[in-house]
Amino acid sequence: MPLVEARNLEKTYITGEVRIQAIRKIDFTIEPGAFVSFVGPSGSGKSTLLNMIGCLDPPTAGTLSVAGKDIGTLSRKEGAHFRGEHIGFVFQDFNLIPVLTVYENIEYPLLMVQNWPPAERKKRISQILAAVGMEDQAQKYPGQISGGQKQRVAVARALITNPKLVLADEPTANLDRETANRIIALMKRMRDEFGTTFIFSTHDPKVVKNAEIIFTLEDGALKQSDNGGIYA
Amino acid sequence: MLSIVKIATKNLLRYKRRTMLTTALISLGVVAVLLFIAVSGSFKSLMIGQITDSVMGHLQIHRKGYVASIDNLPLNRNLNDKQMAKVEEILRAEPEVESFTIRLKLGAMFSNFTETTNIRLNAVIPAEEFRTMPLLASRISEKMDAEELLSRGGILVPELLAKGMQVKVGDTVVLVATNRDGSVNGKPFVVHGVLSGISGPGGRDGAIHIDDARELLRIDGVEISEIAIRLKNIAALPKVTAKLEQQLGSLTNKEGKPVFEIHTWEKLSPFYNIAKMISLMTLFIKVMLVAIVLVSILNVMIMAVYERIGEIGTIAAIGTTPGKILSLFLTEGLLLGIVGTLTGTVISLAAIAGLNSAAITFDFGMQTGLLLQPTISAREIIPILIIVIGIAVLASLQPAFKASRMDPITALRHV
Repeated sequence: MPLVEARNLEKTYITGEVRIQAIRKIDFTIEPGAFVSFVGPSGSGKSTLLNMIGCLDPPTAGTLSVAGKDIGTLSRKEGAHFRGEHIGFVFQDFNLIPVLTVYENIEYPLLMVQNWPPAERKKRISQILAAVGMEDQAQKYPGQISGGQKQRVAVARALITNPKLVLADEPTANLDRETANRIIALMKRMRDEFGTTFIFSTHDPKVVKNAEIIFTLEDGALKQSDNGGIYA
Repeated sequence: MLSIVKIATKNLLRYKRRTMLTTALISLGVVAVLLFIAVSGSFKSLMIGQITDSVMGHLQIHRKGYVASIDNLPLNRNLNDKQMAKVEEILRAEPEVESFTIRLKLGAMFSNFTETTNIRLNAVIPAEEFRTMPLLASRISEKMDAEELLSRGGILVPELLAKGMQVKVGDTVVLVATNRDGSVNGKPFVVHGVLSGISGPGGRDGAIHIDDARELLRIDGVEISEIAIRLKNIAALPKVTAKLEQQLGSLTNKEGKPVFEIHTWEKLSPFYNIAKMISLMTLFIKVMLVAIVLVSILNVMIMAVYERIGEIGTIAAIGTTPGKILSLFLTEGLLLGIVGTLTGTVISLAAIAGLNSAAITFDFGMQTGLLLQPTISAREIIPILIIVIGIAVLASLQPAFKASRMDPITALRHV
């Protein structure tokens, strides 16, 4: 069963009398464990699509199912629960909570979203810190670490709850090339290690080449699928 | 819940100066209210104590219509022996009554053999009067031997009259009084003591033994103008008054009109209006405290939400439910309220202890050197704590609700 399945998916924003069709009737499927990139220029609808897959923005038309759930039918609260249970997020600006340490940032979803018991929490955080190579930075605050390290922490936070899917919107946009490649490599390694599906968006062709499946978006429509992506 | 408290604490410590200023403002408000309650309460209870324990008692019983004409000290509105016996029977059966004293009130001419003036007198049974008015003895500034005090033939002269007439303890004076039938009689008395005045009705009356008054007024049998009652606990005043009103109010004369009237000290003393005003001012200060807490917390929480829109978007995106976001911001308001209130309470208690150790005295009317002894009980502190903390949470509600309802995408895009 596909992890993500879109059928006639549309998203239209209406601002006053202006209608903007951000996503135009697209269909695609993504299988579990895939390492997928949505590419395209700014305004092509990458972020809108990721927001929809992440249950942050409901579709205007069509169906979008994630982990077997039609996310268009979820209420605000159900959406929050669904995200907490199945989806991890990595943001372009890292979006770490500045008053929490690296350890506490990673701990946040276990503590505030999934209510893990302390002993299991500690064990899981140690495991993930080791996986992203941040054990020695655990007690530092986000303001005390580099951009690349912040993004590693963000990846760790996204993976901490063992989600089926991690969505990363332009995860390398604020990083230099070398760091960007390291983050993509880290995400791929995490996919291999934990079996998590990664979907990220980018407009950087040199980052794109690391993806196994590439969907190209242009003006809200899927134009091309490479390396095994399925779209009709 | 602990995790929410931990994160809320970290969020508050993010802007230390702002948090400190807000808690300081709340503390200041709490200190102002608690100190006002303690000092005004001390003044109030001191004054009430002076009035009830040295002249009025907690409540008084008269024959119906006596209080309305009390300025004339009418002798034709006294209680007779039957009526007095009925009252005594009821009072002795009432467990809340500690003691009571009977008084025959009269007006007389006071002469020191060279000058004459008017005097208002309470004729009393000394032992009962001193038991029912425990502070009466402290009002006698100059006195002869305690055992002799107010024995037959003695008089306690009000301070101002003693000064004006230049009489002192041991001097002989003459009282001349007109009885109910209009005949005049005179009797010499020895000054047993000088009675300092206090504010309110009866505060400048002199005193003699009730048997001397009967002799002076040529009264046979029992005639009583007033029964002053002391309760074991002043808090029982409304309950006892209602009970006595029920028991005595049902007793009527031949015309079917009530025989007795019962008044609490509150109805008889003008100080009650001052006490009421103090209570009103306390309420006003409490309202100001509520306003301070409401405005300061609301301001801080609105700022907190505005500054953390992006962060709210992040935590909402990663699965924090709207309810938990609401709890997080409410907890921040709650913590501000708790810290501000507790700090304010500690400062207030220290200030009250300081005021007590400084032994501050004040004057009120004719009374001088009254010692201010501010106290505050848990019963007074706890409602303030609950009000302030409740208002702190209430003030956080709107910003917290706004944060919880925020669209994650809009919040994440916020710069």
